[in-house]
Amino acid sequence: MADSTTTIGYTGRLEDEPIITRLDAAVDWVRKNSLWPMPMGLACCAIELMSTAASRFDISRFGAEVMRFSPRQSDLMVVAGTVTYKMALAVKRIWDQMPDPKWCIAMGACASTGGMYRSYAVLQGVDKILPVDVYVSGCPPRPEALLDALIKLQTKISREPGLKNLKKAPAASAT
Amino acid sequence: MAIALAAINSLTKRFGDKVRSPVAFSDKVMGRDEMSVTVAREVIAEACALLKQEPALAFDFLVDISGVDNYDANPRFRVDYLLYSYKTNAWLRLKVGVPEEDATVPSVAKVWRGAEWHERECYDMFGIRFTGHPDLRRILMWEGYPFHALRKDFPLEGKPSNVPEVAFTEAAPLQGGPFVTVPAGRAGEREPRVRENALAADVRDKTKGS
Repeated sequence: MADSTTTIGYTGRLEDEPIITRLDAAVDWVRKNSLWPMPMGLACCAIELMSTAASRFDISRFGAEVMRFSPRQSDLMVVAGTVTYKMALAVKRIWDQMPDPKWCIAMGACASTGGMYRSYAVLQGVDKILPVDVYVSGCPPRPEALLDALIKLQTKISREPGLKNLKKAPAASAT
Repeated sequence: MAIALAAINSLTKRFGDKVRSPVAFSDKVMGRDEMSVTVAREVIAEACALLKQEPALAFDFLVDISGVDNYDANPRFRVDYLLYSYKTNAWLRLKVGVPEEDATVPSVAKVWRGAEWHERECYDMFGIRFTGHPDLRRILMWEGYPFHALRKDFPLEGKPSNVPEVAFTEAAPLQGGPFVTVPAGRAGEREPRVRENALAADVRDKTKGS
């Protein structure tokens, strides 16, 4: 292993030699390390989401720092906050505008289950309108919890049979 | 207090017995000394204009308009106006009874522009219509939502509804009763949960006959 005298650098082997792997693994590896989040910030969880993106927690360590405010450029929706019924169909429409493949993290109690809002105004969990990959508990969750969810999602993506999904009709993964 | 009394006097002088039952409220600890007075529905807009325009009173700030649903009482609804004067530092509360079968109140939006949104909220939550309002739309819920959510006969968990392309609602699972929190020393005991003394949702609905 490296000690203080070892020089670590680029070897050039990557360019000279072929890498043998499964295509699935390569595609998943590319995808999971460059997730472009759609920050669906709806309530106080959005503050923690911003904090996760800022310097102290630095979500770019996991390759997910490119927050896109256009659904057409993003592939990970982070639903951060209370989804009211008034907002629900707008969230659904934004989700529908995101190109496949796409994933969703339900951040916090409200997005996961409606949280403390057992009321006429709040959707009881965003999974009623779109498929959720990872749920994060907390009210709001700390940035570490969101990063953990991101790592869990990366693990999940790395197991995905990407090629099989490519051949499937896109509608099959949309609901 | 002196200003509030003067305000009630000039209201009585102008509107006679349409201004009734002034109630004083004082709290020495908080330093509060306030008056409430019941005003007949048909004169509320004129009464507000008078309170604002009279130079000695100058109630230039409408703090809030709130709706109240006294479910079994007659009249069922009440609309409360909380007025404040920056000039004289006086408070005054006006109460207006609103019957259920004709839930309309003259709008005071011409007196204070800020009343527009307060009245829209009151309309949205209680279904009280404000006549003469320049733009009486719902403010929190969407157009087409069939209920008024703060009425006492509207269940806490909500009711299903659907306006295609706009929004839908479903009844929230209350799992046997409203979740209540009680004061307690430890956070674990303060957690909201179904309490033994809280009525179960089905029992509660049965006693109401709805």
